[in-house]
Amino acid sequence: MNVRQRLAVVVPGFGGVTALVLLIAPTLGSTPISLSNVFDTSIPWADNVDAQIFFVARLPRVLAGALVGSALAAAGVVLQALLRNPLATPFTLGVSASAALGAMLAIAFDLDVGILGAAAVPVASFVGSLVGTAMVYLLATRVNKALSTNVLLLAGVTLNTFFSALITFVQYLIDFADWYRTARWLLGNLDVSSFNPILASMPLIGVSLAMVALLPRALNLLTLGEDVAAARGVDVGRAQRIAFLSASFATGAAISLAGPIGFIGVVVPHLVRLLVGSDHRVVLPASILFGATFLVICDLIARTVMAPIELPVGIVTALVGGPVFIWLLVRKA
Amino acid sequence: MPAGLSSHHVLDNVTAVVSPRRVIGILGPNGSGKTTLLRLLSGTRRPASGEVSLDGTPLHRLSRRAVARRIAVVAQETQLTFEYSVMEMVLMGRHPHLGMFELEGPRDFMVARDALRATGTADLERRQFNTLSGGEKQRVVIASALAQSSDILLLDEPTASLDLAYQLEVAALISTLNAERGVTIAISTHDLNLAASVCHDLVMLREGRVITTGSVAAVLTPANIRALYDVHADVQVHAESGRLVVVPVARVHAPQ
Repeated sequence: MNVRQRLAVVVPGFGGVTALVLLIAPTLGSTPISLSNVFDTSIPWADNVDAQIFFVARLPRVLAGALVGSALAAAGVVLQALLRNPLATPFTLGVSASAALGAMLAIAFDLDVGILGAAAVPVASFVGSLVGTAMVYLLATRVNKALSTNVLLLAGVTLNTFFSALITFVQYLIDFADWYRTARWLLGNLDVSSFNPILASMPLIGVSLAMVALLPRALNLLTLGEDVAAARGVDVGRAQRIAFLSASFATGAAISLAGPIGFIGVVVPHLVRLLVGSDHRVVLPASILFGATFLVICDLIARTVMAPIELPVGIVTALVGGPVFIWLLVRKA
Repeated sequence: MPAGLSSHHVLDNVTAVVSPRRVIGILGPNGSGKTTLLRLLSGTRRPASGEVSLDGTPLHRLSRRAVARRIAVVAQETQLTFEYSVMEMVLMGRHPHLGMFELEGPRDFMVARDALRATGTADLERRQFNTLSGGEKQRVVIASALAQSSDILLLDEPTASLDLAYQLEVAALISTLNAERGVTIAISTHDLNLAASVCHDLVMLREGRVITTGSVAAVLTPANIRALYDVHADVQVHAESGRLVVVPVARVHAPQ
């Protein structure tokens, strides 16, 4: 099948599944709810428990899952192509640890002042991700005029370790209640409980995905090597900058919304490639759709499997993703 | 296409002219700067000083897309990070002809199939690139470069990983492309007999400098081969093919 035919099958196919999951997921949960009550406007809001569960607890959570899943999956696809490394994740390049450090500091200093109604922790973590992105970018472009992917990888991994050490340091100094908050945040959690953080991160993720949309054919060629890509007419420096920045913004926005939820960025792209091949023009839209589906399903498991206890979704993605990741490794070898 | 540059690392003060519709061979020992010269000619690297120009226009004034529509490159080896089919690989050659969001149309498939036929790889179209033999891969990579529909083709040691039969096939392909399609070709190679059979002109590079340049008949001499490789070689005209053949006889150690 050529790319046109594959897109014609994959986009409606994956899109249909995503739409179905997004429709069904909010109706399921540890507490059964009546959909006719949810949409019954004759019941006052304060008395309508079903509507409260649906609109306050579940719907924002499902939407956040879809957004975060899409962003992390897209970032994973882009970074794997940019670094020519199938095992790269959105958290490879230091952006995640710097975002986490931002959140840790906000919790440690009990920052309550939000910006434009957004809570302090997400804002601090997004600012942290921008700082990390800028540091890695400057390091990688300083050594060479072009973006050096080797330096990018080394700088990213090194900064990741450095920021992780700072996170541990902050955690060591804070009191137990704050420590518990940081530990919970680091597990990743989609329980956003309102639409504001979703509305705040939507434009950020939207812009990142729009930048990613410029890239697919260039990513195909970059995976063959920078020289080959340049010889085929790709402006390699420009494509690499767009790739790095879009993946970093998407990752930063996703983490600030839900914390560092692992494995989405590596498991989703690989499963998608198994299904649709490696052409990024198909892989990217499919991963964006499948990332949303995958995370919403993982979160559905997280909030029902041990009901009434709700697990942080990061535990579920790790439990599902870890074995898949190892299977992918072994399969390659 | 004069390529003059000065860089104390690899190449120093090199001037080379690739004339239209000619096949030029770049010869030289390992590390002499052949690959670097090809990268400069393709515009993927810029010289530290001097410039590379295409029909009088400096390459760096042209966009990468514009250069890629004129010049295609076959790299020494191609490593894939992900699996692509042969057809996908060849269609990637159409990149400089497609708009930002444009998908390949019937014309692009026609050009790609034509490139597959020209390289004898039409029956591999649906295979995964990673499952091919070295010779098949090399021919598919050449097909991908042909799909760029450029009038200049640069090949970096195109026969290095190939057995005798494929070496002859690639040599024949180079001659055909030049003779029938008027493609201007530059190849770097260690194979003097390949160079003698397909090239019109030669550039001999040693330690980043041009030792000599000229037509094959004029410069493929025992004296030049000795100056290039420190090898004593016999150069004869092969009776059946009428081409020059080079028989390396012995290593000669240059005076220190």
